[in-house]
Amino acid sequence: MITKRIIPCLDVRNGRVVKGINFEGIQDVADPVEMARFYNESGADELVFYDITASVEERSLFSDILVDVASQIFIPLTVGGGINTLDDFDRVLKCGADKVSVNSGAIRNPDLIEQGAKKYGDQCVVLSMDIKRVDGTFRLFSKGGRENTGIDALQWAVDGVNRGAGELVVNSIDTDGVKDGFDLELLDELAARVSVPIIASGGAGTMGHFSELFKHPGIDAGLAASIFHFKEISIRELKEYLRKEGVEVRL
Amino acid sequence: MIAVIDYGVGNLFSLTASLKFLGAETIVTNKREDILAADRIILPGVGAFEDAIAKLKATGLVETIIAETKKGKPLLGICLGMQLLFEKSYEYGQHEGLGLIKGEIASIEEDLAQYGTSSQKLKVPHIGWNSLTLKGNDPIFKYIKNGDYVYYVHSYYGRNCLTNTIASSNYDIEITGAVRSGSVYGTQFHPEKSGSVGLNILKAFIEL
Repeated sequence: MITKRIIPCLDVRNGRVVKGINFEGIQDVADPVEMARFYNESGADELVFYDITASVEERSLFSDILVDVASQIFIPLTVGGGINTLDDFDRVLKCGADKVSVNSGAIRNPDLIEQGAKKYGDQCVVLSMDIKRVDGTFRLFSKGGRENTGIDALQWAVDGVNRGAGELVVNSIDTDGVKDGFDLELLDELAARVSVPIIASGGAGTMGHFSELFKHPGIDAGLAASIFHFKEISIRELKEYLRKEGVEVRL
Repeated sequence: MIAVIDYGVGNLFSLTASLKFLGAETIVTNKREDILAADRIILPGVGAFEDAIAKLKATGLVETIIAETKKGKPLLGICLGMQLLFEKSYEYGQHEGLGLIKGEIASIEEDLAQYGTSSQKLKVPHIGWNSLTLKGNDPIFKYIKNGDYVYYVHSYYGRNCLTNTIASSNYDIEITGAVRSGSVYGTQFHPEKSGSVGLNILKAFIEL
């Protein structure tokens, strides 16, 4: 049977993997190539790289890192961060990415989803969303979770799938970094509305949080960063635990 | 040397990188003489069947590829590249394939609706890691074992191809995972994205 996926996320800035808490107070962690190799060996099902750099020099450093990773690690790689045009799709796909994650770029120009899906296939376009509760409704945030767009997040997800997004990464700003569990309420709302795979992000603190997540139908993968980076949870132990809990995983 | 057929379909980075990683000499080509000179052929592919078969035919290489496989040269079709090997596809209409593998390409969604037994509606595309059930002891699987996981991304699949099926995966319906007819092989999953299991399948293909 198809397995539930465990995906570590590597935020890369200036050639290093970093992880912030609630998107701020970024800390330096490690070498991305070394980390990718470590995760591959410990059973990660995919890797997500977010390029959180600003300058052109750093961007080319990121491309070099990507080529390096894709030349020695043969599991699916998703790349996001600064994807605003079809040229950006082209740039990261040529460096070995399999899927391209769009976020703020798609908010500025929703046609980007459609263009990417048409040119590279739905399976290539991952719509990543930062979502936060505002006055009792789920709102879409942009710019790394700093700016409220005022857009209804659930509707945005449905529209994105209709435009051709092949997967959704759902990052809950409310639960991100808090380590008190995934935002199951939000995830359930989305799972009821779309039929593409949903990757849950934000809030994992314990192995139990993952087994709780996968008891919810419609959730295909769990994504996390700091708990894996700081070795609070090892992916192999997590998968062994999930298998005991009756969750189908690749071991 | 392995000739990876370049007909303008899909991203070849991972495939060529994994072959290089395994130490295989590889050429990405659309030239007849390269295919003749190679000792193995890989037919990659991502996208829609109709567009891909048209592009492949436009290269003028189809006859050469088929003739080489008849002489016993190993060929591996991957994902859509596997689907092109079949007799026909029902993806958006009806299209003729290369006819090297008996069977047809059909919609997972339609067959799940018709033959699926799960109470929970499964998602299409079939994306992710699924376990392989191996049928027989094909040499291409000599370095992997029954139940190993491979990575799939597809919305259509091969069916009515039981005589050629050498591995399958369960997704409520039986998904054809790999096929073989003589020296012609195909995998629906992506060996170049399936971690060490995938590398071991490619390694066995290189050693065929």
